[in-house]
Amino acid sequence: MAAMKVTRRYSFSASHRLHSAQLSAERNREIFGKCNNPHGHGHNYVLEVTVRGPVEPETGLVVNLKSLDGLVRDQVLTRYDHCNLNSDVTAFRDVPPTTENLTTEIRKDLARHWPAAFPALERIRIHETDRNIFEESASHA
Amino acid sequence: MESFGITFGLRGISMEGGGRVGRAGMLITRKVEFSASHICSNPALSAEDNLALYGLGANPNGHGHNYVLEVTLEGDTDPVTGMVFDLKELKEILNREVVDPMDHRHLNHEVPPFDRVVPTTENLALEIWRRLEPSLSNGKTRLHGVKLFETPEFFVEYSGE
Repeated sequence: MAAMKVTRRYSFSASHRLHSAQLSAERNREIFGKCNNPHGHGHNYVLEVTVRGPVEPETGLVVNLKSLDGLVRDQVLTRYDHCNLNSDVTAFRDVPPTTENLTTEIRKDLARHWPAAFPALERIRIHETDRNIFEESASHA
Repeated sequence: MESFGITFGLRGISMEGGGRVGRAGMLITRKVEFSASHICSNPALSAEDNLALYGLGANPNGHGHNYVLEVTLEGDTDPVTGMVFDLKELKEILNREVVDPMDHRHLNHEVPPFDRVVPTTENLALEIWRRLEPSLSNGKTRLHGVKLFETPEFFVEYSGE
């Protein structure tokens, strides 16, 4: 059976502030620049989830998109959409919600709840803006 | 809409003196669009199962998409022409094999094998690969991959594996 990569794109909007409690106010400003603004700021994040697997001969599909949508909705969108990443997401209480950390967190969340019947999770990519794009391959897990 | 993009990367020395795809591999990508209608349902399954699998795509009256296809070739830059592949010829091949037979067509009714194969984006990408591969993998260049967008939110990639 042919192996194919299938990618689905989602979006969510959230606010964050990049700040590390382990650094001085000065160092935080130096490293994170305007992202260290104490009042935070927000993005329309675009999330791409890529799976890889055989095209099932009976259905012509690699993955049931409705099931994938459901998983991403439950594990990512309902948790992150219209939230403040620093205050509303436990993982970012003490860790700065950079998009690097967000990408890893979402990859881990999806991997933890990944149904055994699904084809393999291949890659997570997050567009923070049109110009800042982060991706992590699932094999880094 | 059509556009042309180019990316490159060093792949290491693989076939020294072989005269075929050689040291510095170059990837070139051409993008084309076509609009087609289809119905995603498997006649072997119940209406209920088809709805669960394909959702709105199973509507027996069909629906359509503006498909965007990116075709990527791999090869060496010819020292005389400075090109990997003649773009006019590439355009003609894409038109002949994909756009002409599929644009403004109903895939299930007018484009074999979709009279008997469910025209999911996955199967469509496979069929496009089968149609293009003989003309594009010629010893000097190789079809590297096809990327097919059904919508901006959903695409599949196939590289012949």
